[in-house]
Amino acid sequence: MANIPNITRRRLLIAIAAAPLLGPAMGRAQQARPATRAIPSSGEAVPLVGLGSWITFNVGHDRVARDARAEVMRAFFQAGGRLIDSSPMYGSAQEVIGYGLKKFGRPADLFAADKVWISDGEAGRAQMEASRRLWGIPRFDLMQVHNLLVWQAHLPTLFAMKAAGQLRYVGITTSHGRRHGDLAQIMASQPIDFVQLTYNLVDREVEQRLLPLARERGIAVIVNRPFQQGSLIRRLERHPLPPWAAEIDCSSWAQFALKFIISHPAVTCAIPATTRVDHVLENTGAATGRLPDQAMRARMAAVVARL
Amino acid sequence: MSEWWTYGPRDLLMFSAQTYYRLFELYNRDLWPLQMLALVLGVVVLALWRRGGDRAGRAIAMILAMCWLWVAWGFHWQRYASINLAAGYFALAFVVQALLLLWLGALRGRLTPTAATRLQQRAGLGLLLFALLVFPLIGPLLGRSWTQAEVFGMAPDPTALATLGVLLFAGVRPVWGLFPIPVAWCLLSGITLWAMESPDFAVAPLVAVILAAGGALRRARARRSIG
Repeated sequence: MANIPNITRRRLLIAIAAAPLLGPAMGRAQQARPATRAIPSSGEAVPLVGLGSWITFNVGHDRVARDARAEVMRAFFQAGGRLIDSSPMYGSAQEVIGYGLKKFGRPADLFAADKVWISDGEAGRAQMEASRRLWGIPRFDLMQVHNLLVWQAHLPTLFAMKAAGQLRYVGITTSHGRRHGDLAQIMASQPIDFVQLTYNLVDREVEQRLLPLARERGIAVIVNRPFQQGSLIRRLERHPLPPWAAEIDCSSWAQFALKFIISHPAVTCAIPATTRVDHVLENTGAATGRLPDQAMRARMAAVVARL
Repeated sequence: MSEWWTYGPRDLLMFSAQTYYRLFELYNRDLWPLQMLALVLGVVVLALWRRGGDRAGRAIAMILAMCWLWVAWGFHWQRYASINLAAGYFALAFVVQALLLLWLGALRGRLTPTAATRLQQRAGLGLLLFALLVFPLIGPLLGRSWTQAEVFGMAPDPTALATLGVLLFAGVRPVWGLFPIPVAWCLLSGITLWAMESPDFAVAPLVAVILAAGGALRRARARRSIG
């Protein structure tokens, strides 16, 4: 795809320019930057772990909570994260992301992903503009049709906006394993750049059809609900982490779960959500070190199935 | 949302328990000492209920309507709407309930306390006292902060429960038009708390269902006595 900047060089220049200003946390993060994977339609590399905002960033007008989420964003960026995902369906999350970006400054390489979620196709543009203002950014990098809602009306609008340079990528989302048949049809017939779906150590249906289809069609994959909204991790944390997890540089069950997801070759980025700085660092850290190979992935899934 | 019926309450819950209870904390902090006024209003309702008579019934209806209007505006619209996309509809429902209280209670005088027996009178008083004094204590007793207490006249759950307590023994026959919104709210609130895994999720729905059942029983008895 044309007009894609040389991201690697730009990121390198930014890092060199900012090096004297970096604190200890940033310095630590720089020692192990998260691994990236290319967006098939452009070749642009994005870190394998992003940041979701469902529930966690919906804190309303609470100033203390907003500041805490801004700290999570700051830690995420300092650790090398780029992609943040939100939706108008997430209550105040977009506004809280905008608050964080304003408070600490918007990183030059932010990858802003949002969704259009409105049943009136005509109102899509107005909703996306409202979302953009809440984020306080010039444009979104990725705009997705949320949960396939009136996708027939929204997708043409998104393609037109992409052609006009008002966004860079077009995508469509689903979650909780719903409407996979419809999603497959859209992936096969529409020139979308991204698809977002649920995939984790337990919910693995997408391995059968959607992930292979994404590879075949050159569609980037964002994975939501990597921890089943926390319930998977709570369940796993009742058990000790297998000692062999150290072979793939896992120090926690969260990293274990994330490494399983991002090691699938079709996956571009997983977007765990969190309210805590230590967790966001732990999550981003899953994109560093060794990733499991096919045999190890099978071993990981087998051990979780037994727990 | 497509296939909405396949989503469970936990899939639809869009905020955390921490955020939800923090909402009450900030609400209480910003409006202090309005809680004292609300408590006084609650005591006035109790006193009027004990006194009985047509005027008392009309005054109770006006006080309750005022509380429902305030919760619609001060809580649902001003606060809850910042984290829940459906809160605007809740505000509307609370306004409708306030208007119904004004119409059926204050104008038509159908909320006259008529507890026939001493047991009924005690039950009515007990329910009001529960909503006014016990309900706000449940959260703190379960380990939540005192500052997050849900108070009658300001928070939706105790306001709905106190209203149902009044309705149970008001009028010659139960005023059915005033039951649906408070009962529905208590059920919805219970589902929300259940989705948040709050241990007290069953309190409001259980009390509401018992009160509604009590109302139905009263109606059946009234019919038998007429027959």
